[in-house]
Amino acid sequence: MTDASLIATASILIAGFTMAIGSIGPALGQARALAQALQSIAQQPDEANTLTRTLFVGLAMVESTAIYCFVVALILIFANPFWDAAAAG
Amino acid sequence: MNLSPDTIVYGQLGPFQINATLVFSWVLMALLAGASFVVTRRIEPGGRMAPGQNALEALVVFVLDQIRDVTQQDPEPYLPFVGTLFLFIVTSNVLGVVPGFEPPTGSLTTTAALAICVFLAVPAFGIAREGLLGYLRGYLQPTPFMLPFTILGELSRTLALAVRLFGNIMSGTVIVAILLSVAPLFFPVVMQAFNLLIGVIQAYIFAILAIVYIASGTTRQAQRDARNGEGGSE
Repeated sequence: MTDASLIATASILIAGFTMAIGSIGPALGQARALAQALQSIAQQPDEANTLTRTLFVGLAMVESTAIYCFVVALILIFANPFWDAAAAG
Repeated sequence: MNLSPDTIVYGQLGPFQINATLVFSWVLMALLAGASFVVTRRIEPGGRMAPGQNALEALVVFVLDQIRDVTQQDPEPYLPFVGTLFLFIVTSNVLGVVPGFEPPTGSLTTTAALAICVFLAVPAFGIAREGLLGYLRGYLQPTPFMLPFTILGELSRTLALAVRLFGNIMSGTVIVAILLSVAPLFFPVVMQAFNLLIGVIQAYIFAILAIVYIASGTTRQAQRDARNGEGGSE
């Protein structure tokens, strides 16, 4: 196995694992937050505006960890810094 | 497939590359400024008004209401900054469904620039409202030991702000590009419609987070006063 193919295999595998594992946590967290918000809106429809806005802000916060994983996966596939090293060596 | 409109280069102007991000940012700026200019030429103070004026007024009132709800302050000073952020991002994201238009928010350079604007706006509004000493004292609340974490938090939330918008918009365009090569007939349209929703929500989130960060820099004094007031009355 050459260096380049080894790097490609590892990058693609790890990119897949990054997305898979990295999206489990935020998905569960966002689902919990959404369920709670829906329950609160059902109990207090008057506060729907405040709840929705806070929900969006909270979801954005929770989501950022998943987005970090996504960016790392993209870097691994499309902008892998080790390609140049393999090409040079 | 290109990940970012930065890689589409149209030409060279002195030391600067003229790439798609720049060109479409200029198109957006011209569009926003031009539309506002045309609408504000004929302003009716009341009664019957042109549809354009109606739409713009509804938009401004919406932004004002949101800022007032979040900051619990007079929203006027924040309207130009936050309103511009929201309008620029939402127009860019929504125009992403137009064929040939590369949304500038799908490039990390644009979103990083917007996030740095927010990063600089927080101390600017804070100092304007509380004075330099009052703003800096806010960093030492509740204890000076938290200072490194506060500074780290300010930096990391700026990074998250930039990467969140970039990741969402860029992933939308990339997914559509992949779907076009896999199932080109109908499915990309559904995904485009979904991207419209994502784009508007992300613009809303960016603007709301900007207000939240600015408010956290300007309301420290008010919170301190409230706390002291409670302490005095007990």
